[in-house]
Amino acid sequence: MLEMQGLRGGYGPAQVLNDVSLSVRAGEVTAILGRNGVGKTTLLRGLMGLLPRLSGRVTLAGEALAGLPTHRVARAGIGYVPEGRQIFPELTVTENLAVGQRSPSRLWPAERLFGLLPNLRERQRNAGRSLSGGEQQMLAIARALVTDPRVLLLDEPSQGLAPMVVQELARILRHLAGEGVAVLLVEQNLRLTETVADRIAIMARGTVVHDDTAAGFRAAEDELRHRWLTL
Amino acid sequence: MDPLALLTLQALNALSLSALLFFISLGLTLIFGIMRVVNFAHGALFMLGAYVGVTAHNASGSFLLSLVAAPLAAGLLGLAFERTALSRLYAREHSAFLLVTFGLALALTEAIRLLWGADARQAELPDALSGIVFVMDEPFPVYRLLLIGAGVLCGLGCWAGLQRTRLGLLLRAASQNPVMTAALGNDVGRVRAFVFALACALAALGGALAAPLLSASLGLGSNVIIDAFVIVMIGGMGSFLGTAAGSLLVGFAQTFGNYYLPELALGMTYVVMIAVLVLRPGGLFGRPE
Ligand SMILES: Nc1ncnc2c1ncn2[C@@H]1O[C@H](COP(=O)(O)OP(=O)(O)OP(=O)(O)O)[C@@H](O)[C@H]1O
Ligand SMILES: [Mg+2]
Repeated sequence: MLEMQGLRGGYGPAQVLNDVSLSVRAGEVTAILGRNGVGKTTLLRGLMGLLPRLSGRVTLAGEALAGLPTHRVARAGIGYVPEGRQIFPELTVTENLAVGQRSPSRLWPAERLFGLLPNLRERQRNAGRSLSGGEQQMLAIARALVTDPRVLLLDEPSQGLAPMVVQELARILRHLAGEGVAVLLVEQNLRLTETVADRIAIMARGTVVHDDTAAGFRAAEDELRHRWLTL
Repeated sequence: MDPLALLTLQALNALSLSALLFFISLGLTLIFGIMRVVNFAHGALFMLGAYVGVTAHNASGSFLLSLVAAPLAAGLLGLAFERTALSRLYAREHSAFLLVTFGLALALTEAIRLLWGADARQAELPDALSGIVFVMDEPFPVYRLLLIGAGVLCGLGCWAGLQRTRLGLLLRAASQNPVMTAALGNDVGRVRAFVFALACALAALGGALAAPLLSASLGLGSNVIIDAFVIVMIGGMGSFLGTAAGSLLVGFAQTFGNYYLPELALGMTYVVMIAVLVLRPGGLFGRPE
């Protein structure tokens, strides 16, 4: 569904992404692990057209995305759940959702959305800033879903969430993949990643150093962890 | 004169001044809210509105038409300026934006001097609007009441637009988080261009409405922009309600200051500003950034 080939780019003269290639398939959760500062967030920002400099190829179901302005990338079918959730603090939950709906969502009408994310239902009239961290994360996901994305990018969604809420998050991500969404999950939480991912990639120094099925990751887990993930 | 009647008339005068100030400071606030920068050219656009208004009125004989021509001209000018110059500067330093709008203010003032000459232009009100009404047995100009009404209408219209329309929603979203607004599929550049053009049109409408009272002259822009800055700071940068409150405060302070403390009249605006900012450094409705 989403193909990246030879992505290079960064913020200033220093290169952060150094030849990234990766495929994200529909109906699967593809996870990216990696130590702090290896370029995971930068990769997602690059996909969204938010990097000052990016070269290489990105295609969504065959359609070229690299170089498009951010709003065109979103309209092409990429939903973005950024690091730190980035809820609009002064807008209500309903308004937060409305920002992404240039027309009413076809795939995620209210009933289906609140069926998947029941906590948001009673919070619709509350301001974004009054939500708990878990509710804000659910809102960030809901807000991306109502744009009817084919691909969902999530940047460390489990950060700062209680274990119960992380379990809920795992359920939601599995459900979305089951509905045919291509999920690209950047995480530092190994347990969540192993629970939900079909494929696991590891990034280091701005490139993908390992890319395999979840079973393949598990088989070599101790070595991979030691080499690429622990400090 | 009956003291209560005097007070009432002064209050009405203050309200009509507040209404004029509201037209210009509202646009300044909208621009600041979404672009996080001050538009130095806003006073010059108010002045342009006064000149275009006077000319359109004299040429067509219709005051109403002048109230359409002035905002239309300034709105189109603002749109062209935003698309060609400002839209390239958002990613850069704020100082570049300030310099460019300051340049526009100077260029506009010179263009007006070339087109209309250095003499002030007085607008004549149509008969229907130049009459008086009696308020508590005292005469009061109809036109000032009309200004109050126009200010209230403009305020309600903008409020409804911000709260009830999709464009208003996008404006509020983009002023809180432009990157996320774009990442949800919205062309933030177009929202900015629209807001800038609308703000220019509002300033020019204020200028055209002010022309019959203040007359169109070359100092008009720089006089009024200072009051508008003060209002936006009093209200809390970027706050709609704060701008309404700030316009009222400054309108009342200037009108009553002129009457009761004429020696201090010029300083009243600043006295109010300092008092508000000492009590609430972020302005009346300001939020900590
Ligand atoms: N806005 C920016 N301007 C310049 N450099 C940046 C910027 N954001 C990140 N970087 C640099 O790019 C590199 C990669 O950062 P990035 O945020 O992509 O890492 P990450 O893998 O997401 O890390 P983390 O796990 O801590 O979120 C880092 O060296 C960082 O210092
Ligand atoms: Mg990151």
